[in-house]
Amino acid sequence: MKYFHLIWAALFRRKTRTILTLVSITAAFLLFGMLDAVRISFDQAGKSANGAQRLQTGSKLSFIQPLPQGLGEKIATVPGVKSVAYSNWFGGAYQDPHNQVFTFAVSDNYIDQYPEVQVSGDARKAFTNTRTGILVGEKLLEKYHWKVGQQIPLQSNIFPQQNGSKNWTFDIVGVLHPTDQSVAFYGQIILMHWKYFDDAVMKGYNNGQVGWYVVRVNDVHQADQVARAIDALSANSDHETRTQTEAAATASWMKQLADIGLIVGSIMGAVFFTLLLLTGNTMMQAVRERTSELAVLKTLGFSDQGVLAMVLAESVLLVVLGGVIGIGLAAMLIPGVSAGSGGMLNLPTVGADSWGLGVGLMVAIGLVVGAIPAWRAMRLNIVDALAGR
Amino acid sequence: MRDQNSSTPEDVAMGTLIEIRDLSKVYERGRQKVEVLHHINLDIAEGDFLALMGPSGSGKTTLLNLVGGLDTPSGGSIAVAGQRIDQLGAGSLARWRASNVGFVFQFYNLMPTLSAQRNVELPLLLTKLSAAQRRKNAAIALQLVGLADRASHKPTELSGGQQQRVAIARAIVSDPALLVCDEPTGDLDRHSAEEVLGLLRQLNREHGKTIVMVTHDPKAAEYADHTLHLDKGTLVEQATA
Repeated sequence: MKYFHLIWAALFRRKTRTILTLVSITAAFLLFGMLDAVRISFDQAGKSANGAQRLQTGSKLSFIQPLPQGLGEKIATVPGVKSVAYSNWFGGAYQDPHNQVFTFAVSDNYIDQYPEVQVSGDARKAFTNTRTGILVGEKLLEKYHWKVGQQIPLQSNIFPQQNGSKNWTFDIVGVLHPTDQSVAFYGQIILMHWKYFDDAVMKGYNNGQVGWYVVRVNDVHQADQVARAIDALSANSDHETRTQTEAAATASWMKQLADIGLIVGSIMGAVFFTLLLLTGNTMMQAVRERTSELAVLKTLGFSDQGVLAMVLAESVLLVVLGGVIGIGLAAMLIPGVSAGSGGMLNLPTVGADSWGLGVGLMVAIGLVVGAIPAWRAMRLNIVDALAGR
Repeated sequence: MRDQNSSTPEDVAMGTLIEIRDLSKVYERGRQKVEVLHHINLDIAEGDFLALMGPSGSGKTTLLNLVGGLDTPSGGSIAVAGQRIDQLGAGSLARWRASNVGFVFQFYNLMPTLSAQRNVELPLLLTKLSAAQRRKNAAIALQLVGLADRASHKPTELSGGQQQRVAIARAIVSDPALLVCDEPTGDLDRHSAEEVLGLLRQLNREHGKTIVMVTHDPKAAEYADHTLHLDKGTLVEQATA
């Protein structure tokens, strides 16, 4: 510790350069903190359903594989199941293919599964009584300046109607008001009638099938047991299911689209490689500029190993300082990111494992980038360095 | 101080601090070998103030570096207070420098990011002194060079003469027997140079420090007890102040 002031002073010898390097390191470790949370979130997804009041049952094979509608009645008989609803992906674009709107065809009782999403009594009634009626998320309504009672066209990029047209027309009958951040996603989607969808879509496209079931459980502590019982219903059939929490189901979908671990690993690899070059360059410059100062330290009696240790400590301190700020920022931002995703992302807070891995990386990067300048400092010939050679 | 060619065993026994025997130094520049010092024999008495003079390239700084343990000879021996420093390894030599030699350079060579106080404390970091004791000793050294009121100033906030006095404080803070000074007034105006030289003479006379100083300036050499001239790596003459 008695050398700390010496190392600190050397680190901030060129304040601007050090601060810019620190900002880069902070950004890299902020990214690390966020992406590691994403990785952990995907790793943990599906490990346990306990604590979840809702479960999602989808095809075990693929999220695009539909399930028979009749399965819902069987699921309703499983002990611990409170209620069952179902949903299909519809998709759709408004006016322009770029204006994609998340639209789902749902059973009449679907909205009952989400007490956190408020819909007025009149809207519920109108939705039940209007075959082409839709409930629109409040943010989506605001975005496109729609009004209740308005008729809007949506173009499906998958499903044609019986007449072959992919242009569908719907009547806005009510608004979805999410009251909790965990279901904020419902502020940005449209719900339509599954019955209307199944009747109107061209034959061969749906055939009375559903995309997934949403199951409410009686006891959140029994969710794992209920999930296993539901999946047992279709074991060894041509429509085996996987029942998991909604967050896990979302994660499973994304896993089927891409290898999240590989993507996260690749991004972090590229970021840290760049960081190695950047910080390495900073350290090389910093030590080169201080050649005569290091020679003076040796003149005063500092050993070669002592000088080596001080340069390495400076390098590690630089990376640890930026890294700790970066991961600290990630810890502060993650709850906001989770909330902002409308429940689609449920990122864990930065835990001890992430901190441990992060600090380990900081020390390793610090040692690697400091190795060459420290070695040169150690090998410095006092007489040559003092003479400016 | 005596050229060893004219010294007697009795002289050596009477408080000789530095004994140089048959000292030579050869530098390799590519394929060429350049012999900078040729078989130097020299005794420097304890408490002596010696000026080394000579033209550029004569080997003054090389001799000073060897005496201060910054470099190792190609041949011959150097003993300081009876210890053969030419036989020490790098680590032992560093430890020896820390406790036996103070260095004063032409361009002060202070750490620009540290205050005067922190600069003076630097050699004490290698000791087992507590932080409080280090601060106290550094304050005493700064007081001795007349800069107690500049302790918190960074080198850039001090004049050249003040910086050199801070460097002298750093050189003496661990109370070494020997001070080696390489052109200590080479970057100073006459007034500051005289202050620094006066300070060195005070350290020599009142505190018993043995000083070996390289200088080009005959007026600076006048402050020394003896002046030794080097030319082409050989001692050519000596004068007594």
